[in-house]
Amino acid sequence: MAIDKIADAAIYEELTDKAFKLRRDLLTFSTQINMSHLGGELSMMEMAVALYYRYMKYDFSNPKWPERDRFILSKGHCSEVLYMILQDKGVYTMDYIVEHFETLETAQFGQHSNRKYVPYIEISAGSLGHGLPIATGYALGARYRNENYRVIVMVGDGELCEGTNWEAMMAAAHYQLGNLVLIIDKNKLSMTGYTKDVMNIDPLDKKLEAFGFNVINCENGNDMKCVCEALDQLPEPDCAIKRAPTAIISNTVKGFGVDFMEDKWNWHGGGLAKEQLEEALASLDRKRSEI
Amino acid sequence: MAIETTFDFDQMLSNAREAFGEELMRMADDGLDFVFTYSDNVALSSSTGKFTQKYPERCFNFGIAEPDQVGASAGLALAGNVVYSQVFGPFLPLRAADQIHTDIAYNDVNVRLIGTHAGVTAGGGPTHNDIADLALYRAIPNLTVFVPADAGQCIKGIRAAYDFQGPMIIRINRGGSPNVYASDDYELEFGKAIETYPGTDLAIISCGSEVYEALMAARILKEKGISARVIDMHTIKPLDYDMIEKCASEVGVIIAAEEASINGGLGSAVAEYLAERGYDGKFARIGIPDEFALLGSLPDVYRHYEIDAEGIAKKALELLA
Repeated sequence: MAIDKIADAAIYEELTDKAFKLRRDLLTFSTQINMSHLGGELSMMEMAVALYYRYMKYDFSNPKWPERDRFILSKGHCSEVLYMILQDKGVYTMDYIVEHFETLETAQFGQHSNRKYVPYIEISAGSLGHGLPIATGYALGARYRNENYRVIVMVGDGELCEGTNWEAMMAAAHYQLGNLVLIIDKNKLSMTGYTKDVMNIDPLDKKLEAFGFNVINCENGNDMKCVCEALDQLPEPDCAIKRAPTAIISNTVKGFGVDFMEDKWNWHGGGLAKEQLEEALASLDRKRSEI
Repeated sequence: MAIETTFDFDQMLSNAREAFGEELMRMADDGLDFVFTYSDNVALSSSTGKFTQKYPERCFNFGIAEPDQVGASAGLALAGNVVYSQVFGPFLPLRAADQIHTDIAYNDVNVRLIGTHAGVTAGGGPTHNDIADLALYRAIPNLTVFVPADAGQCIKGIRAAYDFQGPMIIRINRGGSPNVYASDDYELEFGKAIETYPGTDLAIISCGSEVYEALMAARILKEKGISARVIDMHTIKPLDYDMIEKCASEVGVIIAAEEASINGGLGSAVAEYLAERGYDGKFARIGIPDEFALLGSLPDVYRHYEIDAEGIAKKALELLA
């Protein structure tokens, strides 16, 4: 194996460890606050880790750094993933987040994040179909100001039912926003069932291509190598260059890592009971050892 | 303090919609840095159209997709820009309500959403009527809602909005309504109503194009020996409760007149205040009643729903009787 491949393999291992560490943190956190959206949070974890720990230009000591890449979490109900990253990076302690979670006057954190209370949050989100239009405007705004950062927006696949996404895709392609990256966390489940049964979104790659996106298919969005290989293909965020925006279809498993949550729609919302934590963590460990 | 109105305004037509495009041009010419988003309803021959042709690098057309336009405007603002955004009347509050609520107000961004063709001024029937907007805007926190009475006031507001912090709605009508103010030599402060014409027998609290109708009503009433005060409540949020209180404590009859649904807008806001205060005078709302407006020319619609000067004067006489 070539030396750079060995180095890459070590990085994938390290990032995978991080993703599983954050999953453990998340499950433990969930038992303390008793409200989460674990299914989608567990599915998006590898992508979030790859972005924040490797690919994004980001400075955790300066959340308003003008040159930072912007990560817009449109599926705002999965905000706890961002909180877990922040505590892992030492921005807040876990206790602090628990003590300020939906506590009225002292609240900074919630199931749906608010940018006013946490400077690391780029948009206050919660209702679906908002992130991509905002990201499109953001990327246009960056070009207008001649600033070269990436605007990365993550949506869920169920979220693509919202028509605003398709309005925004038209605009992103029309304005040739090469500094825009759309990531679809395609875990194939929405709140009450499989997307193919609730409202079919496939063939998603063809639809995105037809709307003018450069589509990268990440066959396994819960495999760090696969995620990194997809992100390696991102073009440089030169805002002046007009070219197709990029979409990454990240094929994931809802509830990934916890056997009794995997591919189950009923783990979309709700928290984890304390009695279930041990079993969930044991399942996570088994999964990690299998990878 | 009453300020000078034209009161003989009939010949002085103004056009807020044209005026706002002209003002954007002047602001850009003056070196102010802002961006503009718009829809596929801005004619190239209009003042706004001319602005987009002179400054294309800062103007973004979103076609026929108001939710995307408003959401993207929030993104443009988050990227550090002051954003003016023009949307055709009813399609702003009705199509993009979620984006106004979440992307603009909740995210607290410097976007000025300009809804043109307010009320029934677009003509063309209920699909093109913008009468539910004030009720919606009143229920969304962190919105300033500015409803200029004429073109001159619109220009003042557009310019003042540049330095304003936070989200703002600017509601203007199609154009062609008369000037209310004889000159621009007066202070405009968002949230501070103007006593446009003094009076002691009753007060007509109005906004937008209804300020002109209220002034005309005051003239009709004056001929009958009745002294009607006209209030220009140009900001619906935050509402100038001090001015309502002043009216409540000084006159025994209050009318609220707006070119919007009588449910939930200015009239409702005034009624809420008066009820909670225990106002013992008489009060009436004038606006579009709880029905889809009938099809007709603009003057006919105004006359039918008695939101014109004659209708306001008639209501005043009823309450004074």
